[in-house]
Amino acid sequence: MATDIIIHDKKDNVGVVVIEKITPKQDCACWIMEDDSSTNIQSVDEIPLGHKIAMSDLKEGDTILKYGHDIGKVVKSIKKGEHVHVHNVKTKKW
Amino acid sequence: MEIPKSFLGYKRENGRAGTRNHVIILPVDDISNACAEAVANNIKGTIALPHSYGRLQFGADLELHFRTMIGTGCNPNVAAVIVIGIEPKWTKKIVDGIAKTGKPVEGFHIERTGDIGTTMKASKKAQEFVMWASEKQREECPLSDLWISVKCGESDTTSGLAANPTVGNLMDKLEPLGVHLCFGETSELTGAEQVCATRGATKEASEKFMKTWSSYNDFILKEATDDLSESQPTAGNIAGGLTTIEEKAFGNFQKIGNCKFIDVLEPAEEPTKGKGLYFMDTSSAAAECVTLQAAAGFNIHLFPTGQGNIVGNPIEPVVKLTANPLTVKGMGEHIDCDVSKILSREMNLSEAGDELIKTTLRVANGRLTCAEALGHREFVMTKLYRSA
Repeated sequence: MATDIIIHDKKDNVGVVVIEKITPKQDCACWIMEDDSSTNIQSVDEIPLGHKIAMSDLKEGDTILKYGHDIGKVVKSIKKGEHVHVHNVKTKKW
Repeated sequence: MEIPKSFLGYKRENGRAGTRNHVIILPVDDISNACAEAVANNIKGTIALPHSYGRLQFGADLELHFRTMIGTGCNPNVAAVIVIGIEPKWTKKIVDGIAKTGKPVEGFHIERTGDIGTTMKASKKAQEFVMWASEKQREECPLSDLWISVKCGESDTTSGLAANPTVGNLMDKLEPLGVHLCFGETSELTGAEQVCATRGATKEASEKFMKTWSSYNDFILKEATDDLSESQPTAGNIAGGLTTIEEKAFGNFQKIGNCKFIDVLEPAEEPTKGKGLYFMDTSSAAAECVTLQAAAGFNIHLFPTGQGNIVGNPIEPVVKLTANPLTVKGMGEHIDCDVSKILSREMNLSEAGDELIKTTLRVANGRLTCAEALGHREFVMTKLYRSA
């Protein structure tokens, strides 16, 4: 059962790319580990292995959820399917 | 998979068992490194453990120095020890600490003799020790003689997705069999500290953890000149897709599976509450953390990596695993256990945990780790503050 993106928890608003890379406008198969369910998403950006994709539209100040937990805040609005990383998300610590 | 009940280890005088049979030449201080290395060069089969400290330290920092030195000598992976220092007093203190295990240990001080005379005397003793140790045979030891430490490095999102949960799966399977387990990396639990605290087996353990974490976090806030964005996450972590310390922390935390920690240890402190999982207050720098865990008596180390950390330790074999297929492809000579098939869903977590148990036992029985074959012997003392 091939998967392009893995999502830890149902609550998460980001998924992790697990193939070498996804290209713009690619229809990606996502696997949600928590309940072994599946979903789909179309990418906007090219995103390499291990990097995150936004599973929904996110605005400045929103919380990024991964593992079902708070892993930082959005500092620049993000559209569903875009690359989520240090250019648009920052720690709430330190 | 049925988990084997035993492994082949070296039984030691104090009842512990080693996965290795090293004779080490331990310098007390930085200026004794040259002599220790000369002895190790003379006598084949011994290893010197050079390091940078041991002079004019005081207070808790000096206590940690002694604890690390003595603990390293006491580790059951060490058959016998030569201690070499500049002055007699601190040298003797370390010799006496190691001697309590009952293993052969002898100290030499350089003052009034010089490097050449000391090298000669210490080499004669080292030859005697290594020839004695070479006759030791591996014997069947119960699995509970394994003391397993864990630490991850050059992590990326594949660490949190697969490699760290594989270690967690191993912990869940081996904890009921009576092994000792240890995780650390105080700073890298930042963001997941509240969740981690709930994993204390007792209220005392949870409170001790929060106290330890808060003290580390206060220190970081006091010393930080920026937001630490160059150090945590590291450039390697960021290249691998990790964005924040919180994300790294939740990934890191997957290593303990569903286990609860029974106590919180000082750096290099030997656990005394019996079998089970311990948290140790350590830096998150790989070599520092493994050196402290080895000094606490752990005899085999599991090291999940994402982007490919290459660390080893002179006395505690470091088993590497990764779930990142690019790391397996690009630097396979560093990877003892490949669990990248988890990402393509060709392998589940339990199968990966079984693979790791098999690899761990092969290494415990004597198979060299990649890091050992490649000569990685990073021995890095933790220093708490400036010397006097």
